[in-house]
Amino acid sequence: MGYTITEKILLAHARGVKKIAPNDFIMAKVDFCFGNDITAPIAIREFRKLGKKKVFNQNRIGLIPDHFLPAKDMKSANQAVVLKDFAREYGIANYFEVGRMGIEHALLPERGLIIPGDLTVGADSHTCTHGALGAFATGVGSTDLAYVMAFGECWFRVPESIKLVFTGRPRKWVGGKDLILHAIRDLGVSGALYRSIEITGDVIENFSMDDRFTMCNMAIEAGAKSGIIAPDKTTERYVRSRIREHKPLRQSYRLYRSDEDAVYADIRKYNISRLEPLVAAPHLPSNVKPVSEFKDVKVDQVVIGSCTNGRISDLKQASVVLKNKKVNPHTRLIVIPATQAVYAEAVKQGYAEIFVASGGVFCTPNCGPCLGGHMGVLSEGEVAISTTNRNFVGRMGHPGSFVYLANPAIAAASAVKGKITHPSDL
Amino acid sequence: MKLKGRVFKFGDDIDTDGIIPARYLNTSDPEELAKHCMEDVAPDFAKKIKQGDMIIAGENFGCGSSREHAPIAIKAAGVSCVIAKSFARIFYRNAINIGLPIFAGREAAEALKQGDRVEVNVDRGEVAMSGKAKTGKVYILENFPGFIREIIKSGGLMRYAKKRKKT
Repeated sequence: MGYTITEKILLAHARGVKKIAPNDFIMAKVDFCFGNDITAPIAIREFRKLGKKKVFNQNRIGLIPDHFLPAKDMKSANQAVVLKDFAREYGIANYFEVGRMGIEHALLPERGLIIPGDLTVGADSHTCTHGALGAFATGVGSTDLAYVMAFGECWFRVPESIKLVFTGRPRKWVGGKDLILHAIRDLGVSGALYRSIEITGDVIENFSMDDRFTMCNMAIEAGAKSGIIAPDKTTERYVRSRIREHKPLRQSYRLYRSDEDAVYADIRKYNISRLEPLVAAPHLPSNVKPVSEFKDVKVDQVVIGSCTNGRISDLKQASVVLKNKKVNPHTRLIVIPATQAVYAEAVKQGYAEIFVASGGVFCTPNCGPCLGGHMGVLSEGEVAISTTNRNFVGRMGHPGSFVYLANPAIAAASAVKGKITHPSDL
Repeated sequence: MKLKGRVFKFGDDIDTDGIIPARYLNTSDPEELAKHCMEDVAPDFAKKIKQGDMIIAGENFGCGSSREHAPIAIKAAGVSCVIAKSFARIFYRNAINIGLPIFAGREAAEALKQGDRVEVNVDRGEVAMSGKAKTGKVYILENFPGFIREIIKSGGLMRYAKKRKKT
């Protein structure tokens, strides 16, 4: 009986076992771990309790203050200092100060710090994003991160896999965001609980890395432990360019693929040729319907950014829609590139100018309003359409506010009309 | 170990933004987090909860973010145990790692009602009504695999780690 890509990566990292099966508990070697300004302070507090003088490896830990930085208030500033002090004291190579910082799940692949075949854990639920590289990547908590920083290993239960097969030809304005929302609608928010989602099919083979990251990013929204896409030429081209540019210490990656006779808990086939762009309505990411069903929904705020859709092709798509258009007088548009490199590229390509000329704001990279932190917190009764990943009650601010999730083109078109809009209707 | 308390009942898909909203994540102080526990789901929860009380919930409890602030807030609020039909996996890990007793128990989660007085036998993985309402009915909870039991017995992952001889 064959192995899935997930099982192969876990087996390659598991200590003391020669074979592996779903539901086995393993202790596995971790290639890279990371935390942010919310999760790392607790991890550091727990790590210090061990009284260890060294971390397991100074080059395999990332500390990324991306959630509330530049500091939104004094308490956030205090949390950021915990990361910085720890990085200095323990010689953590991959600490990213504001100005070099970006959203962790966009920044780490961009820097070539997570590569195919890796086993990665991050103290952030959207760590599953990195599965787009053909790596096993999963979110853990702060105490888990402390343990990994100390010992370089982590316990796992080997997940069963669900295979999603996407076939057909996507229509204009349909991208990775729509496909993953389609799958979450089908699976439900707990449909993939404890399982890995393996994303396959000819649509995916033709997708850019940006679209692949978007899809793996939201695997957690179906409850999944990880999302993964088998590495191919697109992956390799991306990874090689990252390695060339940033010369990370680890440069040799491993490409894994699922065996023909690998066993899946479930296989779902989706022909997406007729799929319209989708929108997830409040208050669950599975509450998904075609954009055409939301025509009368007025929006106070539009957010384009986040670890889900804050990469350069996302901003490009939004800029195409917004070119020579004005944002509705009663709507605010907030565009947040995911990293400094995305920011610089958006300026170079003229996207930033388009956003500002349209009447939107173009902000410094961070998680921003996605989790109601800062830079666009909603008031009671306000409605937002956002390219982010969650629309739970109170996610973006007041518990009486409303968040709709969509792709960057829909978000941009909605900014122009001041209500949820398909770009073709502009 | 036996835990006694009243039941606070919740539905399906209680997410971590509901357990502890992100606006309070600029601190990791347990006492501070406890004050806002469940604030957007049940605004009076933090006031009503008494030491030892329990959360009984539906499917996918703790879905969403990886914030350990969620189980920390619950534990610091005085909750002695969480029982749900199912848990989101990161929340489940986090609860184990910080030493908050947590059990999946479908039948118990269906049957127990808001305000019920119950007793949980942690070692046996059982819950039953206690006090005047005692019925004798015992609900079996899902037991932990041996691997995890070691962590729980140690009182959390860090205490487990301290026992390791590794340097």
